[in-house]
Amino acid sequence: MQAIQITGLVKRHKKRTAVDSLDLEIRQGELFALLGVNGAGKTTVIKMLSCLTRPTDGDAVVDGCSIIKEPEQVRRRIGVSPQETAVAPNLSVKENLEMICGIHGFSKEKTRAKVSALSEQFALDDVLQRKAGRLSGGWQRRVSIAMALISEPRILFLDEPTLGLDVMARHALWETIGALKGRVTIILTTHYLEEAEALSDRIGIMKNGRLLAAGRAESLKAQAGTDDFEQAFLSIVQEGRR
Amino acid sequence: MRMRTFAKRCGKEILRDPINLGFGLGFPLVLLLLLSSLQANIPVRLFEIDRLTPGMTVFGLSFMTLFSAALIAKDRESAFLQRLYTTPLTPFDFIMGYMLPLLPIALGQSILCYLFAVPLGLTPRVHILWAALGIIPMAVFHIALGLLCGSLLRVKQVGGVCGALLTNLSAWLSGVWFDLELVGGAFGKLAGALPFVHAAEMEKALFNGSFEAAAAHLLPVVLYSVWVTAAAVLCFLGQMKKQ
Repeated sequence: MQAIQITGLVKRHKKRTAVDSLDLEIRQGELFALLGVNGAGKTTVIKMLSCLTRPTDGDAVVDGCSIIKEPEQVRRRIGVSPQETAVAPNLSVKENLEMICGIHGFSKEKTRAKVSALSEQFALDDVLQRKAGRLSGGWQRRVSIAMALISEPRILFLDEPTLGLDVMARHALWETIGALKGRVTIILTTHYLEEAEALSDRIGIMKNGRLLAAGRAESLKAQAGTDDFEQAFLSIVQEGRR
Repeated sequence: MRMRTFAKRCGKEILRDPINLGFGLGFPLVLLLLLSSLQANIPVRLFEIDRLTPGMTVFGLSFMTLFSAALIAKDRESAFLQRLYTTPLTPFDFIMGYMLPLLPIALGQSILCYLFAVPLGLTPRVHILWAALGIIPMAVFHIALGLLCGSLLRVKQVGGVCGALLTNLSAWLSGVWFDLELVGGAFGKLAGALPFVHAAEMEKALFNGSFEAAAAHLLPVVLYSVWVTAAAVLCFLGQMKKQ
């Protein structure tokens, strides 16, 4: 069963085409990574799929709902952790989680249960009472992902979740994301090749708004005729071949 | 429920910022203290505490613009708003959520000014209640102006435009620091065409129990509030669409 079906998706900004005729299917429960250099169009794809920006052309069906015709329904089915840290800095971690519960209209009991479950899942107990803005980048990202999961989304968008984190924090976050695999469909954008290779079921490589290749890491390596994923990525991006 | 949750968050963000509290709530009080001390040594009618305090409550409102603009600009730059745009919050929830928590803060600031002025010689009277409530139209103007600036400007620009420029304009054009009739000319006409002096005069009139005199200044303040609120809503919706 498909979680996301993208058909001819286009986004043009005046003279520049940020995403060019994107066709892609992502299966339910899959962790799909979008790789690409800066300006490849990864974030624009996420923004269109999460109804933050309207496509110039084409459509995508997200968990059975069109991003063009049913954006409200799509918003109820997704969770988004944006590229920049998106927490309320002067609120404690607990208050941040409670705020998102309130925005989704949860009862007091459900809010209490949700905060408790997420703090256990993301090991937030020690930082629950601390102001979110005072936490390290790694912890803030962890809180940000926990906030994205509050609405029990069927699809989770993670836009460069480990950008700017040190190795330790990055690996800790990989574990967190890895634990979600299979339960939620995850679309992740990243610059880190090893991250995409280690975490994803399938990887899509974008350049100048076009999807150059999509498949398992092994098949992309085979396609490029190399055993090294970095070489495969470079070869695909440089040659722009499918 | 959704809007209330968001408004609660906005209120907490503002009140937990020590710079906001120091400048926004503390600065008008320090000015009251300094100017009333000055008045004690060199008598200036404008700085008599019964005349100065109502004007100071209006001047203090300019910090509401700074608070709301800074919060919105920060939320935009940190992608916090982007996250919330993917939730069921509606544009109405956002606009009300940003504006509503600042109204009680503005009222609180006004009451604090009057209470602080009592030991400095302010005559306690029941009209203080009307005067405190009378700041609401001008508070709406300033809060909406913050929504407008926060939707258009970046955090650094907000500091300059709302922090430095607006607070000075509000002070000069309200007639709180000097008699505008003494300056006259184009400056006097400009001040008369803007809401600041009308808000200050309305506040003074309410404090003195002169409701007729207050009503004469109400219309320009309300018109500016409505106009700026409409412009702010349009700009906020515009930046929402841009996201």
